[in-house]
Amino acid sequence: MATSNPVSVPGERTRFAAGSTTRKKKTLFRGDMLIAMVVLTPSIIAVALFIYTFIGWTFYISTVKWNSVIIDYTFVGLKNWQRLLNDDRFYTDLRNLVYYGVGFMTQCIVFGFLIAALLDQKIKGETFFRTLVIFPFAVSGIVTGVAWRWLLQPTTGINLLFAKIGLANFHPVWISDPNYGMWAVTIPAAWQFTGYVMALYLAGLRGIPQEVREAAAIDGAGTYTIYRYVIIPLLMPVTFTAIVLTGMNSIRVFDLVSAMSGSGPALATDTLAFFMFQTTFGAYRYSLGAAIGAFMMILSAFLVVPYLRSMKQEVEQ
Amino acid sequence: MMNNGKLNRRDFLRYGTMAAGAVALAACAPVAPGAAPAAGGAAAPAAASGANQLEIFSWWTSGGEVEALNALYDIFKKKYPDVEIENSALTGGAGQGGNMKALLETRMQGGQPPDSFQVHLGHELIDSHVKADRMEDLETFYKDEGLTDVFPKDLVDIASMNGKPWSVPVNIHRSNVLWYRTDKLEAVGAEPPKTWDELFAVADKLKAKEIPALAIAESEPGFCGHEFENLLVAILGPDDYRGLFTGKTKWDDAKVTEALTTLNKVLDYANPDYLSTTWGDITDRFMADSAPAMMIMGDWTHGVLKSKNFTNYKWAPAPGTEGIFIVLSDSFGLPKGAPHRDNALNFLRICASKDGQDAFNPIKGSIAARTDADKSKYDEYQLSAMADFKANTLVPSIQHGAAAKQSFVLDYDLAINLLATKRDVAAAQAKLVAAAADAEFEAA
Repeated sequence: MATSNPVSVPGERTRFAAGSTTRKKKTLFRGDMLIAMVVLTPSIIAVALFIYTFIGWTFYISTVKWNSVIIDYTFVGLKNWQRLLNDDRFYTDLRNLVYYGVGFMTQCIVFGFLIAALLDQKIKGETFFRTLVIFPFAVSGIVTGVAWRWLLQPTTGINLLFAKIGLANFHPVWISDPNYGMWAVTIPAAWQFTGYVMALYLAGLRGIPQEVREAAAIDGAGTYTIYRYVIIPLLMPVTFTAIVLTGMNSIRVFDLVSAMSGSGPALATDTLAFFMFQTTFGAYRYSLGAAIGAFMMILSAFLVVPYLRSMKQEVEQ
Repeated sequence: MMNNGKLNRRDFLRYGTMAAGAVALAACAPVAPGAAPAAGGAAAPAAASGANQLEIFSWWTSGGEVEALNALYDIFKKKYPDVEIENSALTGGAGQGGNMKALLETRMQGGQPPDSFQVHLGHELIDSHVKADRMEDLETFYKDEGLTDVFPKDLVDIASMNGKPWSVPVNIHRSNVLWYRTDKLEAVGAEPPKTWDELFAVADKLKAKEIPALAIAESEPGFCGHEFENLLVAILGPDDYRGLFTGKTKWDDAKVTEALTTLNKVLDYANPDYLSTTWGDITDRFMADSAPAMMIMGDWTHGVLKSKNFTNYKWAPAPGTEGIFIVLSDSFGLPKGAPHRDNALNFLRICASKDGQDAFNPIKGSIAARTDADKSKYDEYQLSAMADFKANTLVPSIQHGAAAKQSFVLDYDLAINLLATKRDVAAAQAKLVAAAADAEFEAA
C-alpha cells in the first residue's frame, strides 16, 4: 500500500520544479481565477469549519468550567491551564515527549539515511529491499503496538533471543521500566516510520545530479568526504522535512502506547495525547482535556510555522 | 473556438458548482445528526435497517462474557421474535471498557443513546450519566417487577441516588477473594491466612522457599487499586470504609496510611516482575509452575480458571474481610430518549428476571443479584459466594465503579501506581487526598 503511493519530497521537488510551471500556470489561468475560487470555496469552507472552528472551540472550552459530565460554560479564564501546569503528570509527559522525540527522531533519521544511501548504490533487488523497509509503514499503529508489546515482554519476548545467543545477563525490562520505559517505545515507533524517512532520503538522493558527485570525485574527494561535504548538506531540506514529520509524530503519539502499555508504570509511557484522552473520556474533565489539546496544538505550531516559512522562501527563490 | 471555450468553461463552472455542492452535502451528512439530534437523525446506526430494534452497548467481547450475553439475547429473541438485536459490543481500552465508555459518552452527548448499555452499578453510572440528566429513573420499574423484594437492600442503595434506583444489576461479582494454590501452601505447611499478619507470616515461610506470596500485575495503573480496596476494607472496617466516600472518613486518616504501608510491604513479597506483568496475563501466571502462592482478585478469576480446566486452587475471603462482601455489579439502565424504549424496558425485564439471571450468571462466573436464584445451576464456589452475599455486609468496590465516580478511580489508580513504582507512602497518600478533594465526597 505504502509503496504505491508517490512519496512527496517537498524540499527537493519544489526547488527543481516550481519555477517554470508556476509562471506558465499564471498566464494560462488568469481568466479562470473565478472558477478556481468557486471550485475551491467548498473545501475552504469545510476546512475553516471543521478544522479551524474546532481548534478555536477547543481553545474556548479550555477557558470554561466544564470539568464534569454536566456542561458548564462559566468562564474561568486560565484556571484549567493553571491546573494543567500544576499537574505532575503534565511534566512527566513533557519529559516523555523529550525522550520519545530524541529517540524516535534520531533512529528514524540515522537509519533512514543509512538505508537510503545503501539502496542508492544501484544494487540488485533494490525494489524488493525498498518495499521491505517501507512495509511496516503500511501497518497500523495499533497492530505494531500489539505485536511489539509481546516482543518487549521481559520474560517471553526478544529477551529470550538474547538469552539464546549467550547474553542471558542482558535482560532489560523495556517498556515496563518506570523511568526509561519511553525509550523502549521509540523502538517500534522507529521500526514503523524509518521506511518513510528512508523514502524521503532516497528521493532526495536521486534528485542530486550525478555531475555533482563526479565533480567532487575529480577534485579528489573520497566517499566519506562526498557524503560529509556534498550530499548531506544538499539533503538538508529533506532532513528538515524529516525532522518536522517525525517531530509532529512525536507530539501526537497515542495509538502505539495505548496498544502497548497505556500510561505504563509510574506514567513511564504516558503521552500528552493519552493524558488528554483519559482526562476527557475517562474522567470527563472536558475543559482540562481541551487545555491539553490546545497545548499540543501550540507545541506543533512551533514545528510547523518555521517549516512553512522555509517552504515559502524556497518557492520564492 | 472561442465560443467553444466559453461554453466549456461555463459548463465546467456549472458542473463544478454542482459537484462542489454535492461534496459539501456529503461532508455535512455524518455531522448533521450529532449537531441536531432532534432532526430525526437520532439512532442513525439503528434506524438504517428498520424500526423494531434493540441496540445494546457492552464491553463483553471475550470468552464466557459473549456466551453469557448471548444467553440473555436468546431469551429475549424467544419472547420477542420480531425485534432485531444490535449487539454493539466494543472491547479494550484503558480502564475497564475504556473504549466503549468513550464511544458511549460521545453518543450520549450527541443525543443518540443506545437503547441500553452495560455500566457498573453505583457511582460509575450515577456520576457519569444520572447527574448529567441523561437517564430515566427506574422506581416504577422496580415496583412493578417487585425488585426491591428480591435484591438485597444494600445493593439497591448502591444503585440509587435521591432514593431512586437507576439501573438493573444483572450479576454480582465479589472483589475480596483470596485465591491460593493448594500445592504451594502445602509446601510450607500453611493454612490460608485470615489476617494480614498471618499473611506476612506465611509470606516469610514462602520467601524462604523462594516462592512469591502474592501475584501482582501493575504494568499500568489498576491492579494494585484492586488490592488496595481490599486493604482499606480490612483495615478500616465497613463503616469507616463507606465513610471515605461521604467525607466522614478522611483520606489522610492514619488508618489509610496503615493500609498504604501494608500494601507497600506486600509488594516485597510479590512476583518480582510485577511492573512488567499485565493484568490480562495474571491468571496464566497463577496457573504456571513458578506461580506465586496466592492472589487477591475478584471472582471472575474462578470463571477463567475453570474455563482452562485448572483445579489446583482454593479460595477464602481476602485477609481481614471475613463477613464483608466487596460488591461490584454490571447493570443496565434506561437512557432518556432511547430510540426503542419499549424494547429496552423488555430487555431490562429479562435482565432482572430469575430466568435471565440464572441463564447469564453460571456462564459469566458470577452470581445472581437476586436472592432467589436457582441453586442447582451454580457450582461450589458460586454457592459459597451466594451464601456470603446473603449473610455478609455489602460494601461497594472502588476499582470497579461502585463506590466513586470514574474520575476519582483514575486518580486513585495513579496514586496507588505511584506507590507501587516509587514506593513512597506519603506521596501516594497526598495524591489520594487531592483526588478525594477533587471528587468532592460529601454526605449523600
